[in-house]
Amino acid sequence: MDALGIIFSNIHDESLPELTAYRTTASIPFCGRYRLIDFALSNMVNSGMTKVGVITKSNYQSLMDHIGSGKDWDLARRHGGLIILPPFGVKESTSLYNTRLEALKTATGFLSKSTEEYVVLSDSDAVCSMDYTELLSYHNDNNADMTLVYFKANAERIDGNNNLQLIVDNDGRVADMAFNVKKDMGEVCLYANICIMRRTMLLNLIQDAVSHGKTHFAADILAANVNHFKIYAYEHQGYFTRISSLQSYYDESLKLLNKENRDSLFGSGGIYTKVKDSVPTTYGTDSVVNNSLIADGCTIEGKVYNSIIFRGVKVGKGTVIKNSILMQGTMIGENATVNCIITDKNVIVKDRRLLSGSLNHPFFINKSTVI
Amino acid sequence: MLSHKECVAMLLAGGQGSRLYALTSKIAKPAVPFGGKYRIIDFPLSNCINSGIDTVGVLTQYEPLVLNDYIGNGQPWDLDRMYGGVHILSPYQAKRGSEWYKGTANAIYQNISFIKSYNPKYVLILSGDHIYKMNYDKMLQEHKEKGADVTVATIKVPIKEASRFGIVNVGDKNRIVEFEEKPANPKSDLASMGIYIFSAEKLYKYLEEDEQKTDTSNDFGKNILPTMLANGEKMFAHIFEGYWKDVGTIDSLFEANMDLLGPNPSFDISDRAWLIHSKNPIAPPHYIGEKGSAKGSIVALGCEIEGTAENSVLSANVKIEEGAIVKDSVIFSGSVIKKGAIVCNSIIDENVVIGENAKVGSEELPRKIAVLGCGAKVFENEIIEAGKIVEGNR
Repeated sequence: MDALGIIFSNIHDESLPELTAYRTTASIPFCGRYRLIDFALSNMVNSGMTKVGVITKSNYQSLMDHIGSGKDWDLARRHGGLIILPPFGVKESTSLYNTRLEALKTATGFLSKSTEEYVVLSDSDAVCSMDYTELLSYHNDNNADMTLVYFKANAERIDGNNNLQLIVDNDGRVADMAFNVKKDMGEVCLYANICIMRRTMLLNLIQDAVSHGKTHFAADILAANVNHFKIYAYEHQGYFTRISSLQSYYDESLKLLNKENRDSLFGSGGIYTKVKDSVPTTYGTDSVVNNSLIADGCTIEGKVYNSIIFRGVKVGKGTVIKNSILMQGTMIGENATVNCIITDKNVIVKDRRLLSGSLNHPFFINKSTVI
Repeated sequence: MLSHKECVAMLLAGGQGSRLYALTSKIAKPAVPFGGKYRIIDFPLSNCINSGIDTVGVLTQYEPLVLNDYIGNGQPWDLDRMYGGVHILSPYQAKRGSEWYKGTANAIYQNISFIKSYNPKYVLILSGDHIYKMNYDKMLQEHKEKGADVTVATIKVPIKEASRFGIVNVGDKNRIVEFEEKPANPKSDLASMGIYIFSAEKLYKYLEEDEQKTDTSNDFGKNILPTMLANGEKMFAHIFEGYWKDVGTIDSLFEANMDLLGPNPSFDISDRAWLIHSKNPIAPPHYIGEKGSAKGSIVALGCEIEGTAENSVLSANVKIEEGAIVKDSVIFSGSVIKKGAIVCNSIIDENVVIGENAKVGSEELPRKIAVLGCGAKVFENEIIEAGKIVEGNR
């Protein structure tokens, strides 16, 4: 596929203050052994793209640690491969960028030096499994200038404020866009923050926006050009999520206990992630595990129900874990009860502790906390 | 600076492993899966890199396809190097003619030029069919301190069992005075592990001399070491302490897998200070369903367990359907146990499908291990008796 990829890593940090206290949105742990960016990266790699730029802004140590040279995604290449695009200080701007468009501006060098015909832009928190070669043929079949990926959602259940609604006509062309979704609209088409266009077109759009002092990608480039350009919409079917809040992180994670969602996300190409050489998980003779996803390197002696357990977690004897997400290295002692909890990495919960949040308000425990 | 390597490892990985029957019909013994996510060769390769040895020649001969593919450029073991790294050494054609590796010593002899290209002081000879964690550097330091010509790694075995092994009799400071192959009345409990460190010049000398002989089986244990001993070379035993198992038979491979289980496993691979590296599967976390359980088992990525696994080793992407029972068994990756099937005391190779309500193996004692080869299909309601070996492509 003659396209390069651009992934925005910090894009929605502010809506996830708990999870991004020490990391970028891109490096938020997800589904037992992944980071959010793994999905965007794997989709690109599985579509045959071999050059991906990752735009970073702040807190990106954990991201650098995770993706390294890119070899776990087959992106450690002599030509192309994974390219980190940290903020680039230029004379006219002394501060870090704030919008997607300003972020793209820092990537103009990368874009103009490349020779690929197309560019796929994706947010790092777009979690789905998608074949971009199909997106590209759809784009070309429609002779489109730009094709935006959308997913269908019920307006009542939408939260967060990063929602761009696409009004799509019968030919699949975007007729209008709206930045606010009213609760009573029923099923709406939401922009998935994944799009494809010619590389030269993106460069021209960035140049034009910069010279006119525009800053907002969706408003100033997408919405403003609905009539001017041929913008088409492409529906992604199957599991799709954007993590827009702690609650949505919790809900969307637990949705993967459903086999249909899991098959949609992991069934086709395989999702790559950093290899840790963890040992397989060990289960004690009294362990009970129901409806749970469990990564490598865990030792489970107690009971685990409806939960997602990351790499290297220990659950002691007599302990009951329910409806919880325990991130890498969490240690739960013996005879503890943990219900509706999200623990960040390396949390320690001692023996006989009783912790509970609720399904519509999970309790979050910060990285390395000892309770 | 980088003009030579102090120690080069040569890993003998060409053996057929005929005593593993169906498991090695299509792959070399070192490529046989182990412990849920490993292959046997991961152990010596990981030991090398963890011991600071970054130049490894892997000698392959029998069914090398899977093994070569698995080793690749050595990246999982950090053995993808500009200088050194892992190299596959297969038999080749030469001006003098072409020949297969005739024995362990001949295999090394045919690759002397590989060793010499690194100009090492020491050469470590390893087998590709042992499960253990060992710091070769300790052995190398001992070799250097004693000014030895060859050091043989040994392990203490129960004296009752010593007659099953090659036994090393030692004198002062563990200097080797005698080798006895499977002695009826062993004088010592030190068994040779088939791991040797040679001072390079001595190795070259004895390999070349051995090639000139006609009455030799070109074997380290049978020919090279006894000749060196007879010539009064300085030979010492290094005594290894820890878990070590030759997994050359179905029973020993099964036992070694079982040794990973339990609250205090006899062989603990979870120590992150001595990681066993492997090519990791690309698979999501495993899922245990509403009625699933995995008591006393170890489970790798991508498994979907709706039935019961007990005291078993499950490799990546194994599926156990509702009502199926897997007990005291080792299942390699991608195999499917359909509804109501029962698997007991068995080793199931990769991508086997066990039909609904089939029964494989039995709980009866003494335990007899049933083996299903790669890709085997067991029909609905079929019974595979205990101890039976089923070839994969039947």
